[in-house]
Amino acid sequence: MTTDPQGDKARIARQFIEMIPHARALGMTVEEIGDGLAVISMPYNEQLVGDIKTGVIHGGAVSALMDTCGGAAVVCHPDAPGGTATIDLRIDYMRAAKPGDRITARAECHHITRNVAFVRAVAMDGDPEHPVAMATGAFTVERPR
Amino acid sequence: MSRKHPEPMQAVKQRRDAALRALVEGVPYIQFLGVSVDRRGDELTALLPFDDKLIGNPMLPAIHGGVTAAFLEVTAQIEVSWAMLWDDLERGAIDAETLTPASLPRMPKTIDLTVDYLRSGLPRDAYARARVTRSGRRYATVFVEAWQDNRERPIAQATVHFLMPRREAAAAPASNG
Repeated sequence: MTTDPQGDKARIARQFIEMIPHARALGMTVEEIGDGLAVISMPYNEQLVGDIKTGVIHGGAVSALMDTCGGAAVVCHPDAPGGTATIDLRIDYMRAAKPGDRITARAECHHITRNVAFVRAVAMDGDPEHPVAMATGAFTVERPR
Repeated sequence: MSRKHPEPMQAVKQRRDAALRALVEGVPYIQFLGVSVDRRGDELTALLPFDDKLIGNPMLPAIHGGVTAAFLEVTAQIEVSWAMLWDDLERGAIDAETLTPASLPRMPKTIDLTVDYLRSGLPRDAYARARVTRSGRRYATVFVEAWQDNRERPIAQATVHFLMPRREAAAAPASNG
């Protein structure tokens, strides 16, 4: 049995995220997690469409993906002692995601203090050169009691 | 076609409710979240009934922050679309009877939103109301607030910016008289 604390933390974080009821409802999959970086993707789903004329996914579903991914980046940061909650999140929708494409969010916890974690995130469809949306957020740092 | 006599109340209600229905039922994602909209005159209140699939933290349990953000955005979007439709609807330029999700005019698009999470969303129904702070030819700014049991204790608020659709030179009223 090998003990790799970081790998362990990542495994737990992955299991925890994939157990979240809303993450399951959106079909989220953790692609990569560890060291304050998380990559989570979600399949195209007609139930999440925001405009039936174009079949484009609603921004709200992209927000949910980026919020989850931001929280995941915080909990897997080496200095994060436990859970987290969003304090604020700013999301810029740069363009419509291509209908049919999987959406992938990549979030990075770039700074963490005793009480606050700062996160940047980006969401991409099949064309990662041109992001669909970007987010900036502040998250709480919860200590296990 | 000035209206000398006030319209029968039932006709007014039917028209407004039909337009609102086209707005809300035409968006699959709004149906997915389970959001419905209550109308009193021109004032709208969005309702998000609690459902297990909305949970983001199973330990507390609490509503997913992404759901809260989406609920705020959807409420703001319905409000700004409703405000845009209202005048055309009331002067008869849009015929609400034949309005379907597919025949709706183009709707405002979200540019960005900033959400403040104020309290954790409990496993209860949530409500939201939005106010169009400023609506211009190209952009609109909307403030929106969500609460649960107590209106004075909001769970989240957001400012949302929209890109307004290009409007054709004031569509002429359907000239049937």
